[in-house]
Amino acid sequence: MSLTKAERTVILSMWDKISTQADAIGTQALERLFASYPQTKTYFPHFDLHPGSAHMRVHGAKVVAALGEAVKSIDNIGGALAKLSELHAYILRVDPVNFKLLSHCLLVTVASHFPADFTADAHTAWDKFLSIVSCVLTEKYR
Amino acid sequence: PDIMVHFSAEEKAAITGLWGKVHVEEAGGEALGRLLVVYPWTQRFFDNFGNLSSASAIMGNPKVKAHGKKVLTSFGNAVKHMDDLKDTFAELSELHCDKLHVDPENFKLLGNMILIVLATHFSKEFTPQMQAAWQKLTTAVANALAHKY
Repeated sequence: MSLTKAERTVILSMWDKISTQADAIGTQALERLFASYPQTKTYFPHFDLHPGSAHMRVHGAKVVAALGEAVKSIDNIGGALAKLSELHAYILRVDPVNFKLLSHCLLVTVASHFPADFTADAHTAWDKFLSIVSCVLTEKYR
Repeated sequence: PDIMVHFSAEEKAAITGLWGKVHVEEAGGEALGRLLVVYPWTQRFFDNFGNLSSASAIMGNPKVKAHGKKVLTSFGNAVKHMDDLKDTFAELSELHCDKLHVDPENFKLLGNMILIVLATHFSKEFTPQMQAAWQKLTTAVANALAHKY
């Protein structure tokens, strides 16, 4: 699976808007993840997961920053996220099913913040982009 | 699996409160349209729907809109019978299994499309807690529809 030119354009232009609220969006996506899928909290026993906590804000910012790196190198997401891929494979070992859950929550967050921009075409582009990111992050698992 | 889903009073209130503001015809068409656009393989069930060749063709297709309205109207039944979803959807479950031959995975996909449409329509009001309640409902409906398989 790879992004078409049109999809890349959509993502790059929406990313300009998203990056102005990057931290808030990352934090909210995590909040949505933990609220809708409580089992995902099992990966964060060491975190204060209350909405608005410092842990949530810092981690949310981290997640979106990583997506930003992928957007910046949208033609080579594997290269951009190589280190993160190793981190997930050898240290974090998050079960692959969870990438779909976080991706869905990221889409919901972006959809609620930018409803006019989140057309069916944009939705497709973002769903594909996050699928590619998820693939990259799990490709060294075994 | 036969585990009864339980909705708290807060979850029920959140769900019914939002449902009251949903434009079922519009939202239903959008949800089904997004399913067919974002996951094009789902078009396999709709060979007789005419032009599905692009996102704008799909989102504007009158058969997609009509069927989306039908599906979301049926979902309204779920909102009215949150404590009794298995019985409420028993007939529809048999229909989807025996006549329509729909892989239950599609119920999950459509459920997520409904949520995304709600997010675009209600924005800030579609809080993480609101999403969690609706996530629970769409999952429960998907399971109820798969029950007779």
